[in-house]
Amino acid sequence: MAFGPHLLLATLEGLVSAAVLSLTALGLSLVFGVMRIVNVAHGEFFMLGAVLAWAIASTLGGHPALGFFAALVLSPLIVGAIAWASERLVLSRLNYDPEATIVATIGLLYIIQQLALTFYGPEARPVAPPFSYRLSLPWFGYSAYKLSVVAAAIVLLLSVWLVLTRTKIGLVMRATQYDRETAQAFAIPVERVYAGVFALGAMLAAIAAVLIVPISQAHYLMGQDPLLLSFIVVIIGGLGSLRGTLVAALLIGLSDGIVSMFFSPTLAKMIATLLVAMVLVFRPQGLFGATQR
Amino acid sequence: MTDSKGILIPTKVPITRRNALKGLAAAGGLIAAPGFVRYAQAESSSPIRIGFQSHRTGIGAAYGRWYERTTSAAIKAINAAGGINGRPVEVIIEDDGTDAGRGAEVVAKFAKQHKTDIVYGTLFSNVVIGSAPTAGELKIPYYVVSEGYHVASGKLNRWCLQPGITDVRAQVTSVAPWVAANLGKKITMVFPDYAFGYDHRDYLPPALEKAGAEVVAKIAIPPTESSFTKYFPQIPSETEVIYHVMVGPAVLTFVKELGEFYGSNGPKLFGFIDSLEAVDINSPGLEYIDGSHFWEGSPRYSQPNDTDAEKAYRAAVGIDDNGASVDDPKDVSTAAHMFGCWETLYVIKQAMEDAGYKGPQDRAKLVEATEALTKFAEGPEHPQGPKIFNGKIHQVFGIQNISKLEGGRLNVVHKTAIEDGMYEPEADYTTMPL
Repeated sequence: MAFGPHLLLATLEGLVSAAVLSLTALGLSLVFGVMRIVNVAHGEFFMLGAVLAWAIASTLGGHPALGFFAALVLSPLIVGAIAWASERLVLSRLNYDPEATIVATIGLLYIIQQLALTFYGPEARPVAPPFSYRLSLPWFGYSAYKLSVVAAAIVLLLSVWLVLTRTKIGLVMRATQYDRETAQAFAIPVERVYAGVFALGAMLAAIAAVLIVPISQAHYLMGQDPLLLSFIVVIIGGLGSLRGTLVAALLIGLSDGIVSMFFSPTLAKMIATLLVAMVLVFRPQGLFGATQR
Repeated sequence: MTDSKGILIPTKVPITRRNALKGLAAAGGLIAAPGFVRYAQAESSSPIRIGFQSHRTGIGAAYGRWYERTTSAAIKAINAAGGINGRPVEVIIEDDGTDAGRGAEVVAKFAKQHKTDIVYGTLFSNVVIGSAPTAGELKIPYYVVSEGYHVASGKLNRWCLQPGITDVRAQVTSVAPWVAANLGKKITMVFPDYAFGYDHRDYLPPALEKAGAEVVAKIAIPPTESSFTKYFPQIPSETEVIYHVMVGPAVLTFVKELGEFYGSNGPKLFGFIDSLEAVDINSPGLEYIDGSHFWEGSPRYSQPNDTDAEKAYRAAVGIDDNGASVDDPKDVSTAAHMFGCWETLYVIKQAMEDAGYKGPQDRAKLVEATEALTKFAEGPEHPQGPKIFNGKIHQVFGIQNISKLEGGRLNVVHKTAIEDGMYEPEADYTTMPL
């Protein structure tokens, strides 16, 4: 294949992975930014979103679009409810102690993963895309659905940004992030904000998973890679920074697409890890992160 | 530390008259139970214990589930017919997480803690290679159902045997001439980037060359990869056939993305069913592979000329005509591989009877008795077909199936002969000390 089309394909692939990654990483980044806790179970909420999408789509039957859009609404809601419950039942009891919450979310990770294995099974199961149109380019074909995932991610990111900067909920969240005690003194229900943010973070991961599940499949171990990549993105972008997360997701997604296509996927992973190391050494707060107060 | 000791080792309860009577009554009840009568005459009626190293979790979990179902069906049949040497057979299952390190621990646990007679049942080649040294060290026979070339290559040890399923080298050697004659002469290989994939990479090209075809590109894909479009530009445009063998949960994506990439005018496809084991071939997105060909160890779909033995085997394991569970048509089996569990257990039975196996002290005798086996006839114990066993390389040889995917099912279009897969042995385990 000639260089031009090759690069185009690499860029398209990179954009799709960047889109999904930015949604997943944004959830992780929000939770850290506001609550100052590291949610190791984040990838499992992603997996749960995909598994529920399969369950919903296969129960409904009918036209693929029906099942898919039902999953897109219901699956994040269910995952959000589960995240909310686990925040109330576990994390809040630990007073959000950083070390304790890491251990607790590791526990949560295994519980969710093994429950998925028990009730959903070890198979990889597909969900039909809402539409399957193949864009026929002169050099290769490309799935139109993949491009729509990129568009959907942009819309979602914009709305999260609008909520954070233009609404009262966003203001409350930012206030809590800025200074927990002062926010509480101003009668902001910090506990409820925490529960809400934790649920929102999980829901973003679930939405990303529903979008990706017609491309790859629902599988009980699918949460591991997104977790690792989300951490990489969040560290590079700066914990708690929306802009940083977006830029880092684009950087990692595109470089992964392009480097792995022209060289090797292993090299792409090496570069991403090297980037993390460099950022940690020279700019520990991340590219766009504010220094810790 | 004394506290923890108390937890691990139960404090001895003095034997009272009441306890002793209870124990006697329980033992009496067991002997009187219907299943036990038959074994009562045997020299020792304690069960033969088989340690089953199962992929219950990890990427092999779909295989593990069906290996367990096949194993319990075979054990049920063996016990119903009087067990082995008049003793019942009991299977103890440990999960290895499809992980090489954990696999070695499981083998040690079987040998030291469960004190099983043998270890059996592993599929994934990384686990087999990781566990084999422990089996050799602890001198416990290790019967794998793995299809990798690692046993036959001679790089494991004398305690490792593969008498129930053919190895990758034999499989690719048998199917290569058919691929060259029927599909095309310029072949691009796509395979997983670890031991199992390397067996394909190393043995397919020479077999194809012999048949007048050539491999134009070899594309190794990391086993954890979840997206494949980025590899497709590496496929040369002169390619006539794409030969794919993939494992793990992402295989559906691979086939789908291949379809999106090529549309209707791509190269022909020949795949190892490993790419789609436990996956419904009528899943959305798989339309692209309609009309393509697959290797199958044992056919997933029942065929018009199935033998009575094959029918009985399918009924015993509980799979329907589509190769899915009779209880849940969505639960698709790993039919191309799991027959190996059934056949391996019958080989173990035969070898234990030949060796007059009585207990762990006879483990070496058991290995020698297995090595002495040469032929297995097609029948209820070997429903997949007749087999030839080479005791020097601890490997069995058999027929292979090539199936065409058409009308939503896999139909066998060619069966190879056993001789098609035979190769010059590169090792001799029998010269190693036991």
